[in-house]
Amino acid sequence: MSVDPITARGDLRLTRITKSYGEFTAVDDLTLTIPKGSFFALLGPSGCGKTTTLRMVAGLEEPTVGSIHLGETDITTTRPYQRPINTVFQNYALFPHLTIFENIAFGLRRRGVKDVKERVDKVLTLVELPHLAQRKPTQLSGGQQQRIALARAIVNRPALLLLDEPLGALDLKLRRQMQIELKWIQREVGLTFVHVTHDQEEAMTMADTIAVMNEGKIEQMGTPADLYDDPETAFVANFLGQSNLIKGKIDGNDGDNVVIDLFGQKISMPKSRSHAVDNSLYAGIRPEKFRITRTGSQVRGNTLSGGHIEDVSYIGVSTQYVVAMPWGQELMVFEQNDDGVPPFNKGEEVVISWEPNFTFGLRGDEDIEAGMEVNPEQLDE
Amino acid sequence: MRATLGKVKTPYLLLFPGFAFLFIFFILPIINLAQTSTQTPIAGGDTGQNEQTFAFSNYINAFIENREQFGRSFIYATLATIFALAIAYPLAYAIAFKSGKFKNILLVLVVAPFFTSFLLRTIAWKQILGEEGFVVPTLRNLNLMGQSTTITSTSIAVVAGMTYNFLPFMTLPLYASLERIDPRTIEASGDLYANAITTFRRVTLPLSLPGVVAGTLLTFIPAAGDYVNAAILGSPNTKMIGNVIESRYFKIVDYPTAAALSFTLMAAILILVTLYIRKAGTEELV
Repeated sequence: MSVDPITARGDLRLTRITKSYGEFTAVDDLTLTIPKGSFFALLGPSGCGKTTTLRMVAGLEEPTVGSIHLGETDITTTRPYQRPINTVFQNYALFPHLTIFENIAFGLRRRGVKDVKERVDKVLTLVELPHLAQRKPTQLSGGQQQRIALARAIVNRPALLLLDEPLGALDLKLRRQMQIELKWIQREVGLTFVHVTHDQEEAMTMADTIAVMNEGKIEQMGTPADLYDDPETAFVANFLGQSNLIKGKIDGNDGDNVVIDLFGQKISMPKSRSHAVDNSLYAGIRPEKFRITRTGSQVRGNTLSGGHIEDVSYIGVSTQYVVAMPWGQELMVFEQNDDGVPPFNKGEEVVISWEPNFTFGLRGDEDIEAGMEVNPEQLDE
Repeated sequence: MRATLGKVKTPYLLLFPGFAFLFIFFILPIINLAQTSTQTPIAGGDTGQNEQTFAFSNYINAFIENREQFGRSFIYATLATIFALAIAYPLAYAIAFKSGKFKNILLVLVVAPFFTSFLLRTIAWKQILGEEGFVVPTLRNLNLMGQSTTITSTSIAVVAGMTYNFLPFMTLPLYASLERIDPRTIEASGDLYANAITTFRRVTLPLSLPGVVAGTLLTFIPAAGDYVNAAILGSPNTKMIGNVIESRYFKIVDYPTAAALSFTLMAAILILVTLYIRKAGTEELV
């Protein structure tokens, strides 16, 4: 029985998708399910395959291998205009020759929808720009164009809305505001949003579920909190926020915890948070999880002593320290300025401590630079 | 103070050479032409000796006498413009969107005819369409053309020659405006439920309209005043207004009529172009 794909609804399933351009593999054997109604983010640096994945879902590219299903309908080879999927393009791609009203009405008119005026007016109200209906796109600011691009897509009530770096062209302040608005609109209209971005903060603010992509594969998938608190790879640990990764050896068990030797100092962490495969591992601690105390004071949890304050930057809500450890590594520590303790001085000897539960363990053979220092110029694909 | 004065003067200084050139080679001749157009021959004078009599009747006489050639000029020019558009649009579209690494080579090929003189190219067409060329014998062998019919000296040859000669003027502006279209708008159209044909009609074509307007003007205006194609490829029955003006000037030496015809032609083109641009709707042009 053949079903018109345009009526397809349900979860989006990508099954063993590969996309190659000659020798280059952009997406490598990717399998992914995006539940209906979720706000899903594909996060990764430029060239990780996230945009290619999005374009395959939109129908603008065809996978070399694999299949795409929307609910029970196979849409792998369906033409873009026959898919119940709409896209908010990077740089918006509004039609410059049409008014804002006609831009938004474009999809409705193609499908012969009856109440065009009513639906366009309603969506213009939703994005709070009803007064701009008769303007041309070039007369609008970047933020306004962004909202119109969103309105043009959601007015069609698609099964799936794709957002390709939708906020990339906006300045920081506007981007923050739009992040909150997008999240609100998604809840309001109840559509499935698939959001592609290289901006980890943007993904974490908006998405229920994030898939971190690197070199055509998914590194890790989960809620923003899962990914941040318990990254499974060095790439995720570095790409989402900052991490201190310290080389160590597993030294034994202590109930549900493992004991780890970090350059002669013993610490412990929950077994469940260790992703090591053998005795060697990297112990990972986020900079804000550390506490700094003067040598000799009473501290709880894991401790590492013998550090010297190398650098102090006061940035208002917190003070950022660089602490040089005896084994030559420099650790980042963010301290909240909330306890009235005067900041430490450069050169002071200190002890670093943290809760064992905040530690995560990575495989000892990882490249600890992975996901770090992404060149900002590469980000604008 | 001097700096401010210098700043005020600079634009005028920069404009001066252009204005001077236009004044000497356009404004003065136009004034001269206007004067000539209302003169009449001096009684008993030599051929080409005229006096100013403000004979505006020259215009009426010239137009009535040559209305057939006027009409023919505009019909031929319109046909050549339509054919050139029909050929150039797919060509420009292919170069802009489908040519990949061959883009530059194709653009050079479009411009390549300019390396040969306009006149030589038209004479070459006479050979191609002539009895000894390959077109006529081939068509006759295929029984698509009568044994005694010819192509040269017909209006077909004149329109074909004009179409060919003005094709680059149509292709280049079309290419320029098609090439400027953001491919994402075309993808967006597909994303918004428009198939290939609707996308062309609703997005690509409207966005390329500035190129269509520029190309048709650049083809129609010189084609309406052209006389080379009609002279070389046509016959007395395909005379255009350009041929009349040419023969009035250089053969009959009737300067007033030639000048009046020139002015009438300019005015007619100006009116048609104005109406066309109004109709094409400059507001629609991005």
